[in-house]
Amino acid sequence: MIEIQNLTKHYGDIKAVKDVSFTVNKGEILGFLGPNGAGKTTTMNILTGYIPSTSGTVKVDGYDIMDQPREVKRRIGYLPELPPLYLDMTVTDYLDFCASLKEVDKKQWKSQKEDIMELVKIAHVQHRLTRNLSKGYRQRVGLAQALVGAPDVLVLDEPTVGLDPKQIIEIRKLIKALGKNHTIILSSHILPEVSAVCERVVIINNGEIAAVDTPENLSRNLDNFSRFTMTVAGPEKKVKELLQQVYGVKALEVKDRGKADEFSYIIESDKELDVRKPIFNKLAEYGYPILELKSLGLSLEDIFLQLTTEETEVN
Amino acid sequence: MLAIWRREVQAYFYQPIAYVLIAVFFLISSIYFTLGTVAARVAEMNYLFSSITFILTFVIPILTMRIMSEDRKNGTEVLLITSPADVYQIVIGKFLGSFTVFLVMFALTFIYLIILFVLGGQPEIPRLIGGYIAFLLIGACYVAIGVFASSLTENQIVAAIISFAILLLVNLVDSIASFVGGFAAKVLDIFSLLSRYSALNSGILDLTSIIYYLSFVAVFLFLTTRVIDKRRWSQG
Repeated sequence: MIEIQNLTKHYGDIKAVKDVSFTVNKGEILGFLGPNGAGKTTTMNILTGYIPSTSGTVKVDGYDIMDQPREVKRRIGYLPELPPLYLDMTVTDYLDFCASLKEVDKKQWKSQKEDIMELVKIAHVQHRLTRNLSKGYRQRVGLAQALVGAPDVLVLDEPTVGLDPKQIIEIRKLIKALGKNHTIILSSHILPEVSAVCERVVIINNGEIAAVDTPENLSRNLDNFSRFTMTVAGPEKKVKELLQQVYGVKALEVKDRGKADEFSYIIESDKELDVRKPIFNKLAEYGYPILELKSLGLSLEDIFLQLTTEETEVN
Repeated sequence: MLAIWRREVQAYFYQPIAYVLIAVFFLISSIYFTLGTVAARVAEMNYLFSSITFILTFVIPILTMRIMSEDRKNGTEVLLITSPADVYQIVIGKFLGSFTVFLVMFALTFIYLIILFVLGGQPEIPRLIGGYIAFLLIGACYVAIGVFASSLTENQIVAAIISFAILLLVNLVDSIASFVGGFAAKVLDIFSLLSRYSALNSGILDLTSIIYYLSFVAVFLFLTTRVIDKRRWSQG
């Protein structure tokens, strides 16, 4: 549905986006993750035709944004970070304006408008000025604006920023629901958000892609006991010997805890093998109780920080 | 384009700005009319047109200052540019929005004409038509300048000052040209909106002048699209 190839954007000497390539499949919800200033908004602005790229191509549904901007723009609904509302208009007037701006057929518009307002739950504020709406409602009106004209693709730039936790959950639910019949690109610097909503994640940092994967794969280590720490009551030498006998244990490291018969062991095993049960059985056989067992797998946060925080000082 | 025009006209009349400007324009032009035409027993409108054109120098910059800059400041520019509309359509829509408010002012001047007839004045019809056409065209030029100035900045006050400065120069350009003379005078003459104005105002339906004014509008609107496009290339 969306193909981005070798996308590059320079502002004078500053390279905001460097050689970014990725594709988004039809019906997919793609998370676009990165710290602030990583180039997320720039990429989205190029993708939606707000600003041109320095080089590289963006194709939506086979149409190039530079050659056939109209065709591309017709297929994309864009919610920028700041919802583009006219504060002097009522919600209903504003949506009417968006519809005529996006050349929506007048006959279709009436029912479409009702559907959209129902979907994002703004029907009851439709006669209020957008100026008087809360941040959460403004965000919804912004989302409604992106839905005008029933575009196939939705590009949402940090859609939950500045909302309270309840609103965040609602907007996420809404995005998930929209994902059923839209292709969505969603940017965020919040990890749980991306893993809650998206099927695939592109991590971008300093204008470059750091990783592309599913949230599950990225956090595969999260619930994975291939590396864990364990505290056992018992003499170090004997316990170590027993642990080494367990099939699947690859590496073993002992940490002194300053107590006479309590030691911590850092154990690594084959990824596919869960060695916890055999270890328990073995130690139970000899009467050495396990006092504590904790995974040392990486959280998404760890992965994200690992991927994105190498050269913050340089900049 | 029509969508933007409609939205801009609404925006002007939802807020007090259009009413205030129209009222100010009407008040001052009425003073000119009362003193310069009625009290002076001049049975024509053309003298009045010259005078009220000067009012536009102050009114138009305030009218147009928000037209482009506000979208940049509020982030609604993204909405316009990422819509299927081309930049030139956006600019023309905006221009027509401001021009419509000017048309209301223009329409109000017909009241003077009616009063003139009621008082028994018999203005020469060709001169009258010429005067109206000239006033309409010069208004279009002033609005185009204002739209252009508004695209240069996201600060409305700065936009107003820029267009006010350009319009003041337009007012002074004839005096400057006659002062410097020679080739420079010919160059300056390009910007001389008002010298062509006098020709039309004296009843000569000069086609070159009309084309000149229309091209002037087109050039400034074109420059506005260039400013927007250039900024799209250079900004984040």
